[in-house]
Amino acid sequence: MSLTSQAASARQDSTLSVKNVSKSFGGVKANTDVSLEVMPGTIHAIIGPNGAGKTTLLNMISGFYHPDEGSVTFNGRDITNMKPAQRAEIGIARTFQNIALFRGLTVLDNLMLGRHVRMKAGVFSSFIYWGMAQKEEIAHRNRVEEILDFLKLTDLRKQPAGALAYGLRKRVELGRALACDPKLLLLDEPMAGMNQEEKEDMVRYVLDVNGEWGTTTVLIEHDMGVVMDISDHVTVLDQGTRISDGTPDHVRADPHVIEAYLGTSH
Amino acid sequence: MAEPTTIPGYLLRNEKDAAFSALPAMREKDLGIWQTYTWSQYVDNVRDFALGIAALGFKRGDKLSVIGNNRPRLYWAQLAAMSLGGQAVPVYQDAIATELAFVLAHSEAKIIVCEDQEQIDKILSIRDQLPDLQWLVYDYHRGMTDYDVDILKSFTAVQELGREFKSKSPRYFEDEVTKGQADDIALLAYTSGTTGQPKGVMLSHGNLLETARIFVQNEDVRPNDDFLAYLPMAWVGDSLYGLCVSLIVGCSSNCPESPDSVMRDLRELGPTGIIAAPRVWETMLSNLQVRAGDSSPLKRQVYSYFSGVAQQIEADKRDGKQSSGGLTLMHKLGEFLVYGPVRDQLGLRRARWCLTGGAPLGPDTFRFFRGFGVNLKQVYGSTELSGLATLQPDTQVNPDTVGPPCPGIEVKISGDQSEVLVRSKGVFKGYYKQDDKTAEAVEPDGWFHTGDAGLINEHGHLVIIDRAKDVGKLSDGTPFAPQFIELKLKFSPYINEAVAFGDGFPFVASMIAIDLEAVGKWAERNMLPYTNYMDLAQKPEVRELVADEIRKINIGLPEVSRIKRFLLLTKDLDADDNEITRTRKLRRGYIAEKYAPVIQAFYGGKSDVQLMLDVTFEDGSQSQVNSHMMIEEAA
Repeated sequence: MSLTSQAASARQDSTLSVKNVSKSFGGVKANTDVSLEVMPGTIHAIIGPNGAGKTTLLNMISGFYHPDEGSVTFNGRDITNMKPAQRAEIGIARTFQNIALFRGLTVLDNLMLGRHVRMKAGVFSSFIYWGMAQKEEIAHRNRVEEILDFLKLTDLRKQPAGALAYGLRKRVELGRALACDPKLLLLDEPMAGMNQEEKEDMVRYVLDVNGEWGTTTVLIEHDMGVVMDISDHVTVLDQGTRISDGTPDHVRADPHVIEAYLGTSH
Repeated sequence: MAEPTTIPGYLLRNEKDAAFSALPAMREKDLGIWQTYTWSQYVDNVRDFALGIAALGFKRGDKLSVIGNNRPRLYWAQLAAMSLGGQAVPVYQDAIATELAFVLAHSEAKIIVCEDQEQIDKILSIRDQLPDLQWLVYDYHRGMTDYDVDILKSFTAVQELGREFKSKSPRYFEDEVTKGQADDIALLAYTSGTTGQPKGVMLSHGNLLETARIFVQNEDVRPNDDFLAYLPMAWVGDSLYGLCVSLIVGCSSNCPESPDSVMRDLRELGPTGIIAAPRVWETMLSNLQVRAGDSSPLKRQVYSYFSGVAQQIEADKRDGKQSSGGLTLMHKLGEFLVYGPVRDQLGLRRARWCLTGGAPLGPDTFRFFRGFGVNLKQVYGSTELSGLATLQPDTQVNPDTVGPPCPGIEVKISGDQSEVLVRSKGVFKGYYKQDDKTAEAVEPDGWFHTGDAGLINEHGHLVIIDRAKDVGKLSDGTPFAPQFIELKLKFSPYINEAVAFGDGFPFVASMIAIDLEAVGKWAERNMLPYTNYMDLAQKPEVRELVADEIRKINIGLPEVSRIKRFLLLTKDLDADDNEITRTRKLRRGYIAEKYAPVIQAFYGGKSDVQLMLDVTFEDGSQSQVNSHMMIEEAA
């Protein structure tokens, strides 16, 4: 199984390639020599027990941290030391484990902000709201409305984000990430803390985004059931190192994973 | 030009006639903006879809079902089927898969048009029970990319087929429309039925159009009017008032953005006329009362003062008294300070007429809206009557009646149960595949048995008492009309649903489902923490709150009919649990069975009851909830 997937990766260029990255915080080695290849249009899950270094790895992909060693390549371009804002411009968007929205702004404004990396009008023309600036705003608003519609948020358009329930705020955050038209979407535990119904909704949205726009998605998730159902490819981390990598079926059967992650209860 | 005799005949008229073709026919709030379709664009869309399904093999007499919220494309699909001489079968969008299976199999729908993935999934889960199904069409494409189902097509793909078809046979659509006869069946509307399986009511083009014309003659409808298309498409009223009236007059139907945004869309649009079930008016009123209660003390005082003035004016009108000059003056001032702004908030400022029908509306709610300058009137009809029998003219409004029969519609009372019989051109053609039921319901000379008990009062107005079969007697022989008592209960903002028992028993007892929103607010104000519906309903403070409401209601009831005992249900009555119909009518037989231990406890003198309740979730899965409910004494 792993042989065929490696052969496939050799033939096709990956969207994201993480090669042998390591990261330490003081004496703590969060990631040691981790590699992974994310193929275009796939849903790629990173799983592992608490403290396995999942979020650190995601932060290195999104540019919040820079690896001590190794490289990160996005569509053939080395982005190892690129700043997060630049990464957003070239099409990498993320959501956070602990929701990071502007609580006082409406859902609509939060999403409009998500588009700011795509906005080109200058301060002056924006201020008088004329010509190019006006046209641009209308085009952006149109895109944001499409996303609101897609995520069934239209009736909450004018609600302040802070007043929404937790599950809805998670959805708004996904919307904001989508608003910058990402080529690569990074989701940090999108289903954490949700009830069953909210989880099912979120899974459906993640799948729909992938199906509709072909957005390559990397997600960190705790819920094994969810991961196995929706991912095309799974990478398993334990204590900062990669212990398994492959299709959900491959990973499920891997003795290392059963030992390290699933434990004896499964 | 002669009036068209079929529903699609009006499509052709509205397209060709310059007086209509450029008028807005339909709007849809999409991407945050109201998008407009003129009559000529509207007809183009219907034609493309009609020719598309013709290309897919849809023929005269075939049936096409639509499932979903009010969306332009679902209306076009229905009209497309009618244009080809077929029948539209709208079904309730919130029905669970097993309910849909019955209706869709019974109606032999050949094509089903779904709003979105949710509905498509429901149909696919029951596909093996639908042997007649040939094509499944979806409107909204979200999530539909990965489906590999041979019968699935998108709405736009079908329209594309239609445009190809048109290049080969350019006159096909017009020819098929012209072939249509007034007596052809246009609509197969399934009644939700308080007993047994739903029945398919066959309505012809003539039934619907004649009824719509009667409505137009009796109500002020203008070509530049706006209606809000928010009622379930499966309800006959939506086809009559939304579709047929709009086609005849040329006014426009407006589809809200989503079911959750209806109240806001209502306000944005400000429709010129609106029809709403009593429940909607009751919800509007309780929301209004909650919001008024939450406002600043000054606003609250102004509101309650002018609210009182309005009620006094209405009471004077009812008693035929002349209101004092001071009161009339204050009422004028109130229009400026309170009534106008409230109507504006509700989205009723432009509404020339507001109708309530489908079930009785509490007279207090009724007078409240009248007092606030809302021209609220009663209308009475049923699916079998194409949706209209009686309507109150502006000058003869009365909360206790449903109005005089419309000209062209005959009403009489017959039998020892005082059943209401109606005869008109709107009386249906029969129940689909149930001739025995048709024969029971319709007399050979055309009178339809409504199943309602009623009387005609001295002003010629029809008064509905209750469902004929529900009217019973207490054990001492006092007549007992459960709905009458339930309505009084439901007027309380804290009570959402109520079931009254009493037939054959010594006194009246009632099960009550609280209104989560209103009671929840009340609990918040009183620093009463709660987790969910069940928890809230069993708080002693909440029971006391409802007991107070019932004591107030009891004052207005004759001594013998007073509610003696009650309990609060741990869950709301729900159509998914079969307790009420999709139009929110109680299924009394089923309730009496399911809650038999409650009835025993009421009349056995027990002070609490333990019950395992089946609950059905929206996806159709079931579970059991153990409920412990305390019985309270109210009188």
